[in-house]
Amino acid sequence: MRIRALTVRIIRQFLKDRRTLALLLIAPLLLLTLMKFVLDSPPVSPKIGTVHLPREIAAALGQTGADMASYGDSGEAMEALRGGKLDAVLVAADAHAELVLEGSNPARSRAVLAVVQQAMQALNPAAGQLRPSIRYLRGNGGTDTFDYYGCVLVGFISFFFVFLVAGVSFLRERTTGTLQRLLATPLRRGEVVAGYLLGFGLFTIVQATLIIGFAIGVLGIALEGSVALVLLMNLLLALAALTLGTLLSAYAQNEFQMFQFIPLVVVPQIFFCGLVDLDAMPTWLRTIGNILPLYYGADALRGIMLRAAGWKDVWPDALALAGFSALFAGLNVLALRKHRRI
Amino acid sequence: MSSVLSPSSSSSSSSSSSVHLSLDVAGVSRSFGKRPVLENISLSVGRGEIFGLLGPSGSGKTTLVRLVIGLDVPDRGDIRLLGERVPSLSLLRRIGYMAQSDALYGELTGRENIAFFAALLGLRGRELKRRIEEKAELVQLSDHLHKPVRLYSGGMKRRLSLAVALVHEPELLVLDEPTVGIDPVLRKSIWEELDRLRVRGVTILVTTHVMDEAEKCDRLAMIRDGRVTAVGTPDELKAASGSSTMEDAFVAYGKGGRP
Repeated sequence: MRIRALTVRIIRQFLKDRRTLALLLIAPLLLLTLMKFVLDSPPVSPKIGTVHLPREIAAALGQTGADMASYGDSGEAMEALRGGKLDAVLVAADAHAELVLEGSNPARSRAVLAVVQQAMQALNPAAGQLRPSIRYLRGNGGTDTFDYYGCVLVGFISFFFVFLVAGVSFLRERTTGTLQRLLATPLRRGEVVAGYLLGFGLFTIVQATLIIGFAIGVLGIALEGSVALVLLMNLLLALAALTLGTLLSAYAQNEFQMFQFIPLVVVPQIFFCGLVDLDAMPTWLRTIGNILPLYYGADALRGIMLRAAGWKDVWPDALALAGFSALFAGLNVLALRKHRRI
Repeated sequence: MSSVLSPSSSSSSSSSSSVHLSLDVAGVSRSFGKRPVLENISLSVGRGEIFGLLGPSGSGKTTLVRLVIGLDVPDRGDIRLLGERVPSLSLLRRIGYMAQSDALYGELTGRENIAFFAALLGLRGRELKRRIEEKAELVQLSDHLHKPVRLYSGGMKRRLSLAVALVHEPELLVLDEPTVGIDPVLRKSIWEELDRLRVRGVTILVTTHVMDEAEKCDRLAMIRDGRVTAVGTPDELKAASGSSTMEDAFVAYGKGGRP
């Protein structure tokens, strides 16, 4: 009888909290659908640039499903490789051939090696004499899976925790009544948001430094580019998380509802931050990625850590992240109008 | 002219005598959605007056207080405070506000809580320190200022909230149910302090549903279902309703106020 009372109460509470009910029942379906589209994308065919390659070898490579592009000279091809347009360049000169792999994405490197090997075996054994020597543009073939995913995870983990901590503390400011008390002083709404940004900003700097120092120093993650730039991008990403968390907390009644934003806001970002190869996704799906802060943060971090990208490569990402922060902070100032009209 | 205090005469005099008037609420209404919470409220509070808002919970007292401070704006009507139109950010510096729930930071100590709000109101350095000690003394928390507020009892939190409201020595003090959870001895000392503040010219707007507190106000407005049912001194209200106690007067006006 007592158990029944408890059961009935829980059912009643659930039925009254439509939002939690929707999350429990519908959010999993949404997430699963999203995962299907993301993971079901066709495998990415490696893009190989060729220079002076005999026609039969090019044909054999084409048959394996590789994406082929012919270049007039090796300088042009190497430029495309450096710019990330190609995964590998195959240069043939006389009886010798050289395969240069981009090397920052271990999955792509493996795919290139597989198709080249497949093509060689398909040709008759005599042509098989043309065994290319292999060279890596980056990482010397030593880029492992943790290097590739790790640099994105650094950004994601930082984003996740800052989002939650900032969101919950801003929410508590509201639920404990201190927000109303703050607004009963001459403090401007913009000053409330700015104060939060600076106060939490200090801790996000400490957090970013710690995470990156640990990943590089202790876990030995690859770092080709500048540490300072990695720190800057991680900080910008954390600021976007901070402003998004405090903004969304305005739409949560309690901590529980704040946690409900995780599957809706945080988890989908994982799909678009490069843990799954974006190139194979349909365009409409990729467009979703373009409106998520983590997409830009991960893009920049990967560029700096794996491909030694400099400021001139990552400034658009930095601008996007700063734009997101400014947008979220501005919206938050407006959302505070609910608590004081001036 | 039979009526001495018709609504028109009182509002026309308010502009000329605004120096003596701390708060002037004129024809204020506020609804949330379709539910009217306050209907056509008009009140005037003079400088140095302790003015009570007496009414049961849910009658709209807190909504009226929020309108007076400027946290919310009325749908209709006008509120003037210390000669300025509400809402105004600069006015907030001249108001001390104590909310119904204790809005304090549990992790911080009592001293840190007062210091934070005082800093928002522009107090600095030695002056800030002096004020903290002075107000803590007043609410008898001097020995507990170093403790985190989460260890405070309910009554201690109430007292700390009062100290926060007083720290910048406001011209108008707005207290929403200030003595809930405070023992009778301390309640008495708080009312004595309110009296001293009044003598110094501080205007005090206080909501309550405790009858013996209502008796201590200079004037009272009885609020019921979002309307003012009567305004006057405690003695006037008792006399007019033919009651011997405040409680009976409250019940009598409550009945009359019902549509």
